[in-house]
Amino acid sequence: MAEENTNRYGEFGGQYVPETLMAALDQLNIAFAAAKKDPSFYAEFHRLLNDYANRPSLLYYAKRMTEDLGGAKIYLKREDLNHTGAHKINNVIGQVLLARRLGKTRLIAETGAGQHGVATATIAALFGMKCEVFMGKEDTERQKLNVYRMELLGTKVNAVTSGQGLLKDAVNAALQDWAAHPDDTFYVIGSAMGPAPYPAMVHEFQSVISKEAKAQIMDAEGKLPDAVVACVGGGSNAIGSFAEFIDDPQVGLYGVEAAGEGVGTGHTAATLETGTPGIFHGMKSVFMQNAEGQIAKVYSISAGLDYPGVGPEHAALDASGRAHYVGITDDESVAAFEYIAKMEGIIAAIESCHAVAYVQKLAPTMRKDQVIICTLSGRGDKDVAQVADYRGIDINE
Amino acid sequence: MSKLKDVFTDHKAFIPFVTAGDPTAADTVAEVVALAENGADIVELGVPFSDPIADGPVIQAAGLRAFAGGITVDGVFKIVQEIREHTQVPLVFLTYANIPFKYGYEAFCARCEELGVNGLVIPDLPAEEAGEILPFTKTHQLDLIPLVSPTSGPRLAKLVTHATGFVYIVSALGVTGQREGFAQNLDDLIADLRQVTDAPLCVGFGVHTPAQAKELAQVADGVIVGSAIVELAAESDDAPKAVGEYTKSMVAAIAEA
Repeated sequence: MAEENTNRYGEFGGQYVPETLMAALDQLNIAFAAAKKDPSFYAEFHRLLNDYANRPSLLYYAKRMTEDLGGAKIYLKREDLNHTGAHKINNVIGQVLLARRLGKTRLIAETGAGQHGVATATIAALFGMKCEVFMGKEDTERQKLNVYRMELLGTKVNAVTSGQGLLKDAVNAALQDWAAHPDDTFYVIGSAMGPAPYPAMVHEFQSVISKEAKAQIMDAEGKLPDAVVACVGGGSNAIGSFAEFIDDPQVGLYGVEAAGEGVGTGHTAATLETGTPGIFHGMKSVFMQNAEGQIAKVYSISAGLDYPGVGPEHAALDASGRAHYVGITDDESVAAFEYIAKMEGIIAAIESCHAVAYVQKLAPTMRKDQVIICTLSGRGDKDVAQVADYRGIDINE
Repeated sequence: MSKLKDVFTDHKAFIPFVTAGDPTAADTVAEVVALAENGADIVELGVPFSDPIADGPVIQAAGLRAFAGGITVDGVFKIVQEIREHTQVPLVFLTYANIPFKYGYEAFCARCEELGVNGLVIPDLPAEEAGEILPFTKTHQLDLIPLVSPTSGPRLAKLVTHATGFVYIVSALGVTGQREGFAQNLDDLIADLRQVTDAPLCVGFGVHTPAQAKELAQVADGVIVGSAIVELAAESDDAPKAVGEYTKSMVAAIAEA
């Protein structure tokens, strides 16, 4: 009987990596397939999610936002309340359990805003594993707090100076490190991207977000939501937020990309609005690139969203029209950062505030009996200094 | 018949690499001509990509110099055209999958055939994905050179199924660049490959001295050198002369093997 080809999402996906890494991917494919059929794997995964990472996360009814916007009821899926302050830990726990099954002793990870790096450093500490994180030089400066958090956790942070010194360059460096140490090292990819089986693994481990949200909204409202909104860089919290609703066509799925200074300005990270199909970072997907296939520079205020590509499943959901992808600018996300702080008493990550800003536009266009779930992928402590700076306020010293 | 495979009929091959357009198109043409005149059997021409994940710092820097000089994919084809006015040395492109993908696999392969490019090395197009370009490389008489690594193990037979031209053995883990030692299982890897293919086996990644070339040529059919030549050219006032003399020394060392 033919196995379903889980390497592909329509034309997207695949395994476009150097041969040196293929044996490790083959090994990972086998371990992931075995884990998916193994109740003991899931027992340990959920034990750690619940006992260590503070799941299930709340689905919180944002009453003041709802009343203020005057349309659909808004629920916030509070991934910001997880241990380490973001959704990233869900996937890291899953992948590191696989790494242990494979007998790997060293973890590496890329990070943009630092949230995935912190989550990986945390689980490395928990399991007593060696860990190195690759982070673009520019990002280490934008997110100094997270760099120090990782170091406190015993992880070595490598500032990557090649390219723009951003997330893309951190992925390049992590792939190169992995190719040099494929035997003892496990590359914990933080986003729904990279070569198969990574996009499928990240989907699987982050789908806990929408599994919980679906049950929680049925309890609260007795029906499915009308819209699910999440921010998209590579797309891990979005795919986790969408996963359980993809087969419910009445649920609108909205992925919110970072438009930077605006989709048409050339200073943007809105991949699905401005990109074209290509092959990079192990996958066929959509990338911001020139006509010859050279990967483009990206810009966003958010270090977690300024990636010139997007996970292959998102590229496929966009191509099929099942999900809608929209851009939110720096200005709009900073305004949303301030808005949700004042309205709901929540300081949310600047990444998540891209989703909040879109909810501010979407909710008023919907009826009061309709429901939106917006994923708050992370908390915003790390962004306070940068937002102050954006407003021309120096809070240092 | 593969023009690349013909190279190996009566001797072991020396295969140098240069990045096209580093730092200008004219420099590349002059260097390739010098490589050919001094005994290079095949020349690998790097088509620059913005994010060359298989390459170490030396070849990354060469790509940046080429971009600073304004290199484009059509600019690389123009370099090939000019090279062909001076030498018929077999040429292989080394590039990343996105370059031919965006150009269009068929159009890219057709242009290669038209200008006399003989093969392609695409590090991020492993056996699992090579099927998407193979129909076009076949139609256009291009050898798609498979890469084999010290980690390939049970994958060897799969990797060489479609091998024409030669097989590129990655001698060490990690990225391109000079090394003092090679993977410990290199001899075994070559012996295992001989069991599953009769294609010539060439070793690259990290080779820089004539002594290393001689040692490798004792077990392999050819030796590939990239970073050492790129660095030599970058540091020299007369790059064609420098890479020409280096080539002569490497060819002599390989002949002694």
